[in-house]
Amino acid sequence: MTSKRVTRAPDSPDVARNGLLDRRALLGRGIAIAGAVGTGASITSAAAEPLPVDTWSLAPGSPLPAYGQPMKYESKVVRTLSNPNFEPRTSQARTPHHLLNGTITPSGLHFVVARTGFPDIDPAKHRLAIHGLVKQPLIYDLEALARYPMTSQIHFMECGGNSAPLYNKDPVQANVQAIHGLLSGSEWTGVRLSTLLEETGIDPKAKWMLAEGTDGPSMNRSIPLTKALDDAMIALYQNGERIRPEQGYPMRLLVPGYEGNMNVKWLHRIKLIEEPVMAINETMQYTYRVAGPKIWQFFFPMEVKSFITHPSPGLTLKGPGYYEIAGLTYSGNGRIAKVMVSADGGKSWGQAALDAPVLPKALTRFRMPWRWDGQPVVLMSRAWDEAGNVQPTREQLYAERGAPKINVPVTAFPMGHMNVITSWAIDGKGEVKHVYA
Amino acid sequence: MCMRKPLYVIAAGFAFALTGAASATDLPGLGKPVSEADLALWDISVGPDGKGLPPGSGTPAQGAMIFEQKCEVCHGKEGFGGKSAMLANPPGKNGRTMALYVPTATTMFDFIRRAMPWPQPKSLSADEVYALTAYILARNKVIGDNDVMNAETLPKVQMPNRNGFVSRYPDKH
Repeated sequence: MTSKRVTRAPDSPDVARNGLLDRRALLGRGIAIAGAVGTGASITSAAAEPLPVDTWSLAPGSPLPAYGQPMKYESKVVRTLSNPNFEPRTSQARTPHHLLNGTITPSGLHFVVARTGFPDIDPAKHRLAIHGLVKQPLIYDLEALARYPMTSQIHFMECGGNSAPLYNKDPVQANVQAIHGLLSGSEWTGVRLSTLLEETGIDPKAKWMLAEGTDGPSMNRSIPLTKALDDAMIALYQNGERIRPEQGYPMRLLVPGYEGNMNVKWLHRIKLIEEPVMAINETMQYTYRVAGPKIWQFFFPMEVKSFITHPSPGLTLKGPGYYEIAGLTYSGNGRIAKVMVSADGGKSWGQAALDAPVLPKALTRFRMPWRWDGQPVVLMSRAWDEAGNVQPTREQLYAERGAPKINVPVTAFPMGHMNVITSWAIDGKGEVKHVYA
Repeated sequence: MCMRKPLYVIAAGFAFALTGAASATDLPGLGKPVSEADLALWDISVGPDGKGLPPGSGTPAQGAMIFEQKCEVCHGKEGFGGKSAMLANPPGKNGRTMALYVPTATTMFDFIRRAMPWPQPKSLSADEVYALTAYILARNKVIGDNDVMNAETLPKVQMPNRNGFVSRYPDKH
């Protein structure tokens, strides 16, 4: 598979086959079109009646709400729930990426994986203890933490099991929300964990830390101390407001770029330790059996990935013509370096534009202008990160992990950091389907 | 980058002294000193070496009775056929149950104690957690039907998959 930009003829705006356009060509073409409209009365035909004045233009609006909500017409832009009747098992809520744009996920649409729902924590009583291999164990309440130096950082959060349906034997017929919805992006504000660990002091024997929530099942994970001191944060705010209850109110651990489960919600205890505790969430969940007798554990960073959100299954194209191909890309190992897009199933590729700023360990939006000729196409995207990692092809992934042999229910998929290229086939009617290409 | 400083300090092996000295002057210092004894009820984590295991003990037979009362409703009679995770294989099956998969028996004790039963986490006594761990281990033939589980014996259980794991990214820890 080539990753080079396809050379184009000087008079053609196409950068790759099946109508992918040069991302820098749009402005010039726009001016040309505007000129044509200004002089070309023949391309418009006046209706018998002028356009009416809309009713909302003829009355006052509604009084302002104290806390604004999305417009009522957007009521379908919601998370999908895996356990709506709250049976005694894990609940998942998935982000509707096919109905969103940009890189920040609205807090109420942020994905959730919770073993027993979310707890009702009184912020006045909540405390965070740091103990174990420290010089002086300390305990912080929210009032104290609110006085500490804070930092705001934009990062993605992704479940280690996101995109797992891509490992089905046959392509799952599901939309981008079902396949990639355990991923979201937010601005997080809080206190650097290194600041608090400077206060407690660190026993040189400490190599790991245990992070634990105060929810019913007291979810716990072992985290390398190097990560804790590098860029971990005790996050108190999400997108400018206090963290939502499903996201860990009043505080969660943020370990940027690392698998979602390690970003322990409802955080109340950090214990510095010598060796990992081998918690259930690092020895059964969030492990992955590869070909042969070995099981991977301690995945940590979410690997480089991209997928196209527009168009995607459910977003049927309304006939030939201009569309923007848009999608999300990110890497737990740093910034995205480039994204290539193909409209012919990976034979030719063109480089997509990346919306600025391209931040490390954050969702980045890629865009590619496209003129669809109405013929069947297969759209794909592939990302590279600044650390030199490349999103694998299906063949590369199978070579490392073995090819999948079975089809299983979506909720039963293994938590294997699946980051293979996603392919959408568009038929002559504009319908979008998930395919393996 | 000041963020990096503690890393270098650790590498040099002086973390204890230097980070302690910094806290007196440069930092807000609003954390309240707390003792390990104060945190005794919170500190429920158990390491692979058995550190953190409470006094108490239990046998598979005792665990079977508790399982019937508190676990069967979700996990099924004898640990299979329920709505929740399969904890033991039905006759003729060889699925990856918790006891056959996790590397240490302490993992099972730790998880049951903190998270089970689902509607009433942390409601089990230490004896009950030992007994349930013993029952599930025995149902998977990891220990004998008469073996007693306690702080001494549990960390020594030879788990069938104890050497089955490799770190995905060993350079990250």
